[in-house]
Amino acid sequence: MNKLQLSSLYQLSIMRFRLTLREPEAIFWVFIFPILLAVGLGIAFRNRPADVLQVAATTPQLTRALAADNGLAASTMDESAGSRALANGSILLLAIQQPGGVAYQYDDTNPDARSARLLADRVLQTAAGRRNPIPAVDRLVHQPGSRYIDFVVPGLLGMNLMGSAIWGIGFSIVEARQKKLLKRLVASPMRRWQFLAAYLISRLTMLVLEVVAFLGFARFIFAVPIHGSLWQLAALCVLASLSFSALGLLVSSRARTMEAASGLMNLVMLPMWILSGVFFSATRFPAVIQPIVRALPLTAAIDALRGNMLQGIGLQHMLAPIAVLLAWLAVPFAVSVRIFRWR
Amino acid sequence: MPHDASQTSAESPALLLHGVRKAFADVVAVDCLDLEVPRAECFGLLGPNGAGKTTTIEICEGLTVPDQGKVELLELNWHNHADELRQRIGVQLQETQFPDKLSVEEVLRLFRSFFRRGISVDESIRTAQLEEKRAARVGTLSGGQKQRLAMACALVGAPELLFLDEPTTGLDPQARRHLWDLVDQLKQAGRTIILTTHYMEEADRLCDHVAIMDHGRVLALGTPQQLIASIGGEHIVEFAFTARENASSMADIALLTAIPGVQSHRSVAGLHQLSVRELHTAVPRIFAELDRQGLHLSEFRTHSATLEDVFVGLTGRNLRDE
Repeated sequence: MNKLQLSSLYQLSIMRFRLTLREPEAIFWVFIFPILLAVGLGIAFRNRPADVLQVAATTPQLTRALAADNGLAASTMDESAGSRALANGSILLLAIQQPGGVAYQYDDTNPDARSARLLADRVLQTAAGRRNPIPAVDRLVHQPGSRYIDFVVPGLLGMNLMGSAIWGIGFSIVEARQKKLLKRLVASPMRRWQFLAAYLISRLTMLVLEVVAFLGFARFIFAVPIHGSLWQLAALCVLASLSFSALGLLVSSRARTMEAASGLMNLVMLPMWILSGVFFSATRFPAVIQPIVRALPLTAAIDALRGNMLQGIGLQHMLAPIAVLLAWLAVPFAVSVRIFRWR
Repeated sequence: MPHDASQTSAESPALLLHGVRKAFADVVAVDCLDLEVPRAECFGLLGPNGAGKTTTIEICEGLTVPDQGKVELLELNWHNHADELRQRIGVQLQETQFPDKLSVEEVLRLFRSFFRRGISVDESIRTAQLEEKRAARVGTLSGGQKQRLAMACALVGAPELLFLDEPTTGLDPQARRHLWDLVDQLKQAGRTIILTTHYMEEADRLCDHVAIMDHGRVLALGTPQQLIASIGGEHIVEFAFTARENASSMADIALLTAIPGVQSHRSVAGLHQLSVRELHTAVPRIFAELDRQGLHLSEFRTHSATLEDVFVGLTGRNLRDE
């Protein structure tokens, strides 16, 4: 045996690689699933023309006038049928002919219904002879960098970093504890820090593969841009992955059964899937919960990734999310090393 | 040099426990335990489940910290010399499951890498007779093969002191004999082995000295022969009877134990047991006495006394009663 094979850190790390690569499900969730998700979302949102909004009017004349706008599809129905159609969502707005005018019936909390109101009113007023006092032209934006796919790719990347770190580390530690392998290892002269270091080494190596595969796919298939520095992007991925690894370690530091660990992991990750802005901007949540949303590691990771990729912001201008990630690295790691159950 | 050190200290015991006590919540697992195991000997802790064997061996292995008492291995203690001790002992735990997706060789390479010195992976595979399974995944091994792999992991560091916790529990008879042969080889190689078991055949076959444990205490200590001799007879006569008409269904035990050569009487689970020195003289007299008392034998058998009988004699229970 050569020197490398005699090194316990090498053997522990290589064990982690083997166990990961010999688990086909893990490969699917880490490599294939995020790409499938990106493909699905990319197709769903790719070059889609602006929505045509369904509206209705109570007279045929009004219907014809509304249909003159490209953004509206109009049909004729009486008031009671129209109300039912509004209630089941098949139309967004009902224009009711009234003596000397028109009434719009719609739900103003629905953004699409508000759009329909503006379009309907515009086309009716214009048909009645309104002239715009200021000339205006539209410049449409369908450039890479501002599409939904561009927005969602950093979100998916952050989500993937979180999932692979927490699942990858959490489950295998708890499994080793449940099968008494941890106990057997601490009965041997193994250095305990090396056991944990092996997890980080394998995690960071797998990270390179994951991130390159996913971003490469997004870059070549959807032309998702990376405006910021690649080195800084790599540093952000490493930092985020380490923070989530520390969280995974914390989650698995006491649990004795896979069921307990699985519950804890969902408890930790579910709020972040919902609140951290993977699929839409986290700023949409009410101001009251914004401090909580901002303090979540996934929000910080996604903000930083979007800042780098979409806006090209340097690390020096994203100190807040970096500080959040560092805190999530230091505190869970320190706590889990103290409370870790080796047997 | 470790080799010299072991030579100069050849007189000192390999393992010394003094006044060791350990309680979990309000259950005392080990109570005031004293043990001394000389070097190059196979020492057995024999007792039923829950007797405190595993707690005792895990205290020796440094996995459990005793509430009080002194633990010394190879003249070292866990408080000051944990790293050194882990290098010099080999451990096989009761229920370790190695990762299913690693091969035998990969597991052994991993464990070998923890030790500063030891035997080669090839040699450990040979010793455990796993040559044909070298490249096989752990998940495909039989129970006996997994147990031999656990044994090989305990041996890769060429330990001076080897701990085996119930090495054959759950194995079929053939796999058990296979493992016994392996322990025999290790004994012949001069290693100190400490094993726990609840199989009296195993303790009898493998151990130079046996401590019989129950409820966290050592009830008896000695060579298997000494322990068997302590119950007074080398043979056990077991019988049950029914009363004939007009006769009392109770046997007069005093008359039975008065027979020359009958050492003691016990009643276990409806069976009467007599320990007897010489079968050929005692058995006819037992027949005659039972007949005289008007009792009809419904069962009768004899066997050579074993450690099981010693345990029954000490506790009134069978070893395998849960």
